[in-house]
Amino acid sequence: MFDLKDVSKTFTLHNQGAAVIEVLSGANMTVTAGECVALTGASGSGKSTLMRMLYGNYRAQGGVVSVAGVDLVQAAPREIIRLRREVLGYVSQFLRVVPRVPTLDVVAEPLLALGVPAAHARDQAATLLARLNIPKTLWDLSPTTFSGGEQQRVNIARGFIHPFPALLLDEPTASLDATNRNVVLELIADAKARGTAIIGIFHDEAARDQVCDRQIDVTGFSPGCAA
Amino acid sequence: MTDTALLSVRGVTKRYGAHIGCADVSFDLYPGEVMGIVGESGSGKSTLLNCMAGHLAPDAGQVVFDTAVDGPCDTLQMSEPERRMLSRTDWAFVHQHARDGLRMGVSAGGNVGERLMAVGARHYGDIRGSAIDWLGRVEIDETRVDDRPTTFSGGMQQRLQIARNLVTGPRLVFMDEPTGGLDVSVQARLLDMIRSLVRDMGLSAIIVTHDLAVVRLLADRLMVMKSGHVVEAGLTDQVLDDPQHAYTQLLVSSILQV
Repeated sequence: MFDLKDVSKTFTLHNQGAAVIEVLSGANMTVTAGECVALTGASGSGKSTLMRMLYGNYRAQGGVVSVAGVDLVQAAPREIIRLRREVLGYVSQFLRVVPRVPTLDVVAEPLLALGVPAAHARDQAATLLARLNIPKTLWDLSPTTFSGGEQQRVNIARGFIHPFPALLLDEPTASLDATNRNVVLELIADAKARGTAIIGIFHDEAARDQVCDRQIDVTGFSPGCAA
Repeated sequence: MTDTALLSVRGVTKRYGAHIGCADVSFDLYPGEVMGIVGESGSGKSTLLNCMAGHLAPDAGQVVFDTAVDGPCDTLQMSEPERRMLSRTDWAFVHQHARDGLRMGVSAGGNVGERLMAVGARHYGDIRGSAIDWLGRVEIDETRVDDRPTTFSGGMQQRLQIARNLVTGPRLVFMDEPTGGLDVSVQARLLDMIRSLVRDMGLSAIIVTHDLAVVRLLADRLMVMKSGHVVEAGLTDQVLDDPQHAYTQLLVSSILQV
């Protein structure tokens, strides 16, 4: 599902004397359906950069980043848009929404974008929010005023409402209490069982050990190591 | 996925004497896509929008639109009546100032109904029914249908302008700073509304704005302009999160944090 070949990434900061920062080079990895792989490495080693490249958010300078057969390095914007709508889900650490939109609609949105009837999409959203212990009194409110943990759960609900065949998780259990952490781990296990390929960053080691089949140390992709 | 672009723009150039309005702009827009055009004032984004929408005649280039009847046609070669017909059927244009897009002396219902009559609707009851339906969709109370837009607030006028534009079921909407000049609470509501309408009607849209937060929420794709040239284009979040061009980096790093 995910296939990386000889991927490199540099940032050129034109407004700071054209400084060039090399982050990754020669990155190779493959993740197949039903597999959950954790990216590890110290802070600043390029885990988040790699995740963003897998989502087509950061542009690679070289190599192939293939997700479900689409090379994100070469693909036209509309191919990536379609991929994200149908195939590739992403649970980030930050919730970015149109202000004043009710939580229920925020969660239902990935389904609405796929053309699922609104009533059905909202039902699914309600089920997922209930499972993630978001009180029903909050469903009609915008998540912008929610606590960190609540926003994170809304984000998770958004990421899991459509059974994406490929899923990227950026610290999905970071600011959650034990009960909700278990719910999220169950959701991940369910997704794996139905064949979703998952790549995640987990600082929560117990969670990582519980759901991940493999670990890839991103430090190995840093330019110094590859040379 | 359809492979025919809804709009193909090729080498559009507009000069104001020696000064460049926009130079050699090319891109394809596909059905259902929303593209944002950003840049500082004077960068040529409104000139480009007006060239595409047929309000300004470019000095060079093609604007090929996939018409419902005849397939792809260069709109710049069309006769004036053909282009006018296009601009009231398949196209819509939402002005920054609602006053430029509305008839201020005509009732709200009349503003919406006029577009319908322009494409041949003649049954008064049907026209009024559609107008009321559309006022509801843009969250204007039915009781205001006979009031003139002069009695509306700025946000309501903008929503009325959107209703007037969308009532004929266009396939491509040009928007020039649709949320400019509105206070933030109205802006949020308008953004949500535009997004739902785009999704539910399968519209394509080109949105010119200088507000990067607006494009992040509304646009799938982004084009960055500077001094009449497109300096960078791509997926909205990719351009904003990993800008490659010096000017885009400057633009993104200049946003004030709230």
